[in-house]
Amino acid sequence: MPKQHVYLKGNEAVAYGALEAGLNAYFAYPITPSSEIPETLAKEFGNKEYPEYKFFLQAASELEAINMVLGAASGGARAMTATSSPGFSLKQEALSYAAGMELPFLIVDICRAGPGLGNLGPEQSDYFQSTKGGGHGNYHLIVLAPASVQEMALFPRIGFDLAFKYRNPALILGDSFIGQLKEDVEFPEFEPQRYDVSSWATTGAKNRPPHVLNSLELDYQKHYKHVGKIFEKYKQVEANEVLYEAYHTEDAETVIVAFGIAARIAKGVVNNLRKKGIKVGLLRPITLWPFPKKPLRKLASEGKRFLVVELNTGQMLQDVKLATGDSVTVDFLGRWGGVVPTESEMESKLRRLEMVAV
Amino acid sequence: MSQTTLKVKVGKLLSLTDNPTHYCAGCEHGTLTRLIASAMDELGIREKTVMIDSVGCSVLAYNYFNCDHIVAAHGRAPAVATGLKRVRPDLMVFTVQGDGDAASIGLLELIYAAQRGTPITVFLVNNSIYGMTGGQMAPTTLAGQVTTTTPYGRDPVLTGTELDASKMLSGIEGAAYVKRASLVVTELESQRGKLYTIKNILDAKKSVENAFKVQALGGFTFVEFLSTCSINWKMSILESKRYVQEHTMKKFPLGLYRDTFGVEKK
Repeated sequence: MPKQHVYLKGNEAVAYGALEAGLNAYFAYPITPSSEIPETLAKEFGNKEYPEYKFFLQAASELEAINMVLGAASGGARAMTATSSPGFSLKQEALSYAAGMELPFLIVDICRAGPGLGNLGPEQSDYFQSTKGGGHGNYHLIVLAPASVQEMALFPRIGFDLAFKYRNPALILGDSFIGQLKEDVEFPEFEPQRYDVSSWATTGAKNRPPHVLNSLELDYQKHYKHVGKIFEKYKQVEANEVLYEAYHTEDAETVIVAFGIAARIAKGVVNNLRKKGIKVGLLRPITLWPFPKKPLRKLASEGKRFLVVELNTGQMLQDVKLATGDSVTVDFLGRWGGVVPTESEMESKLRRLEMVAV
Repeated sequence: MSQTTLKVKVGKLLSLTDNPTHYCAGCEHGTLTRLIASAMDELGIREKTVMIDSVGCSVLAYNYFNCDHIVAAHGRAPAVATGLKRVRPDLMVFTVQGDGDAASIGLLELIYAAQRGTPITVFLVNNSIYGMTGGQMAPTTLAGQVTTTTPYGRDPVLTGTELDASKMLSGIEGAAYVKRASLVVTELESQRGKLYTIKNILDAKKSVENAFKVQALGGFTFVEFLSTCSINWKMSILESKRYVQEHTMKKFPLGLYRDTFGVEKK
């Protein structure tokens, strides 16, 4: 595949991105609007361009697919699966286990409208499920939110790297807009960092004591320590791995906070209003967990107003409010059900916010 | 049966740790643990074997088997085993599941691992009940059998009849070795009074070895072991053994259901 000027759908880009990031095994279950991911990886299986790509299998259910990923990751492989919201709900069980077992792998959720079957349109309503530990118990996923097809192509590199660096599942949270959007992308040369898995992977206890990958600990004190240790690790992730984009925030009076496709639209709004001399900026969280609390806190301390725009009823809004505190204005524009906010809707919301503030 | 055919190794096994098991008195889980470890030693596969511990009474198996372990979620062991085996085909991968784990919540995972001919081994301990959770109805609970969720006996009109996993898998082409064995001693009447034979247990031992051998040949292997759960059946140990003989075996007859490679003949 050419590395430059490739015209791809977001879903295709994330599949090729995973191959470029050294994918070993993919376990599939089809669900709209994410199915181009397994389709692309089925097509590319056996392509000599990706010698590390050793195994593709379509599972019989979402549960089977994610538990196969869990088994493959236990063997030290770079394993992955993708799904969309109803399927992502089913993945939560295994994600909880994997976080407790400290297993590294990559999962992609191409979020569609919910609740229930909802529809196939874009939503960002899996934010809570993604960032708060959607399954049972105390844990987090490392969550990346691409806002372009180019980022879909590159984020598997970051996702796999962080997953192995911290031994925790990583998630790319897209939406059906980003998944279906077709854009020109490039794949810069990349050599994935290799992590030594020999201290934990279940490869057979030859000349070493057995490795046990387990989330069970019946001794309460030991389990308290185990989960505590995982959260010490999360502190490191929060200290070192926050990614965000600040666009014209320095002199802005109002800062839009949005991720994914909502941020893409918001950027257009910032450009439009800047031409009219209105000082608006955009803070785009790229990692949804760890959440960019510090830059938001700093902007709040400078007295800026905030408008949170999401394709849901207000989920990241809560994290923005926590980060910015009670002393600043945080307004919200939400669209859901597959409906996407337009630039003009955002602009009129901003004007009203400006009037309120005056 | 003469002494010379008794092949179960006595003494310390490399494939076992020194930890005492948590299994209840009279439970056959301990017997199966010994049989599997013995087969692992004899076949020399301990260093390349990974056990997938399933949810149920076998969940603490990582304390007993001296090999690598992955502890799976309830019912998901065959899927986890599939993922590992496919990226590490040189490994021997097996799981010990209960009837609730394999035949109820994890039936899909079991059937599809078999349907694909996944070269793994599933040992199913069928004791007709959810043991670890305290004795609730399992898919294998016999009609009329009393459990904590069928306090007046299992009613087949409402809950259906006993689910036969071996028979179900017997129709699946991908399954290379499917067998139902028993871990329960059998009581015999004789002129000298009651005698007890472990013939079935020795056959169970052979089934464990055959399952590993067929996995090494690339086949999906499944052995169901009839067992007791005297604590949850609210019987004495001996009564529970008799119950298997008199009732369980009638519904779940022992036998070889599939043997694609013909290992039983060899």
